[in-house]
Amino acid sequence: MAYSNQLLDHYENPRNVGTLDKGEDNVGTGLVGAPACGDVMKLQIKVGTDGRIEDAKFKTFGCGSAIASSSLATEWVKGKTLAEAEQIKNTDIAKELSLPPVKIHCSVLAEDAIKAAIKDYRDKHLADKAAE
Amino acid sequence: MSANNAAKTPANDTAVGTNKPQLPIYLDYQATTPCDPRVVEAMLPYFTEKFGNPHSRNHSFGWEAEEGVEKARAQVASIIGADEKEVIFTSGATESNNLALKGVAHFHKGKKNHIITTVTEHKCILDSCRHLEMEGFKVTYLPVQQNGLVDLEQLKAAITDQTVLVSIMAVNNEIGVIQPLAEIGKICRARGVYFHTDAAQAVGKIPLDVNAMNIDMMSISGHKIYGPKGIGALYVRRKPRVRLEALIHGGGQERGMRSGTLPTPLIVGLGEACAIAQKEMGAETERLKYLRDRMYNKIKEQLPEVFLNGDLEQRIPGNLNISFAYVEGEGLMMGIKDLAVSSGSACTSASLEPSYVLRALGVEEELAHTSLRLGIGRFTTEQDIDYAVEHIVQSVNRLRAMSPLWEMAQEGIDIKSIQWAEH
Repeated sequence: MAYSNQLLDHYENPRNVGTLDKGEDNVGTGLVGAPACGDVMKLQIKVGTDGRIEDAKFKTFGCGSAIASSSLATEWVKGKTLAEAEQIKNTDIAKELSLPPVKIHCSVLAEDAIKAAIKDYRDKHLADKAAE
Repeated sequence: MSANNAAKTPANDTAVGTNKPQLPIYLDYQATTPCDPRVVEAMLPYFTEKFGNPHSRNHSFGWEAEEGVEKARAQVASIIGADEKEVIFTSGATESNNLALKGVAHFHKGKKNHIITTVTEHKCILDSCRHLEMEGFKVTYLPVQQNGLVDLEQLKAAITDQTVLVSIMAVNNEIGVIQPLAEIGKICRARGVYFHTDAAQAVGKIPLDVNAMNIDMMSISGHKIYGPKGIGALYVRRKPRVRLEALIHGGGQERGMRSGTLPTPLIVGLGEACAIAQKEMGAETERLKYLRDRMYNKIKEQLPEVFLNGDLEQRIPGNLNISFAYVEGEGLMMGIKDLAVSSGSACTSASLEPSYVLRALGVEEELAHTSLRLGIGRFTTEQDIDYAVEHIVQSVNRLRAMSPLWEMAQEGIDIKSIQWAEH
């Protein structure tokens, strides 16, 4: 099975590997997958005062496709508003990396990770909204 | 593997004198092996000038081919301590296993209906057993202990008056562990039950003696022992005689147990492969043990949290199966692309389940996903091992730095305490 150059590039030079302080108010953390299934993604976003995602980090336990999918996801969410980031579809990730059919679930997981990070951020700020 | 790599001999490896091995490095000797050039050489005349049908009784072409076949039969018999009349040529170990299980079961149908095997057998044994179950046979799948070995007391307890056959592999293809064949044979003989062993991964790697071990049937593969693909053998004991029904009917070759014109060149190759393995096994075992220990020790020295799957002592020297905790196997394989290895990870198989062999040892699923099988063999050099270790260590370190599970482990978070959403 031959992987695309985009996929190999993200695997070999992953973007935005790292960790943001999940305790910080403007950081949302998504942790999806399961070790028993062979893939776990942690994706974090940091939201600026303008409501746009100013930084994103990931760490992934999984195959090359899972690593590449999460690397690409962090690249794509940066600079977007939460509403825009929510529009990122697994099919777009799969297409960009030319994932083979057996690896589509890696892109699904990446989409789930984005959504989980956004939800975590929003949950943190429910109280703010209630106070407004 | 490149042709160059396959053709090199231990003698010219040491003469190279550089630390850079030829890439890619083949470390998957349990999957298959290259044909030894000496094997190919022995085979070649039988494709061209000695092309006769070994069953042609009336001219020299037939006699010449038959001579080649019978020499090979003796070579195969010799490496397992058998009589040459007891060796049946087949297309490979899968056919041999099918013939042993279905052949014995069908012959004894209506008299005895119970077969005993283990959960870590090769798929062709397990699948043949499933097939026999559909035909009405009863099959006991014995569990294995944490080290991969069968519990002899459990075997004894499983044998009933209805048991016709015990089939337990000699050496496991994933973890390389050696089952206690002599003890199993003794138990089976005492109870009057046939003992079949799938020895595809064992022949030429450990001493085998069908008489000393009370083995009644043994499956042999050509391509696992530096012989050609598409050829194998089944040893079938004559005294006391093993009765089995043929799967393939036709001209009645191979004492009626396996019809079809014998593939002379492949058979000659299998024979030569056995002869070479028999002659070199002592020295080769020592060499492989040195390389295997060098690899394992270097990995252990440089990486924490690596776990060997399967017993270290009761194991062929050419196999390591290691879980690199917190790093998924396929992801790791992509990082060591110059090394040809296998993984027990789900992602490398069609089934999306991690290795059933590792699961049978009680290896947790998350660790099964992180396993690599490293198979070393006749053409593996010390430079290969050192290069492989360096790149595995590098890759594991890089991927651990990228692994959320490694990060949690470093922070002291118990991964099992988290509610994971299984998908």
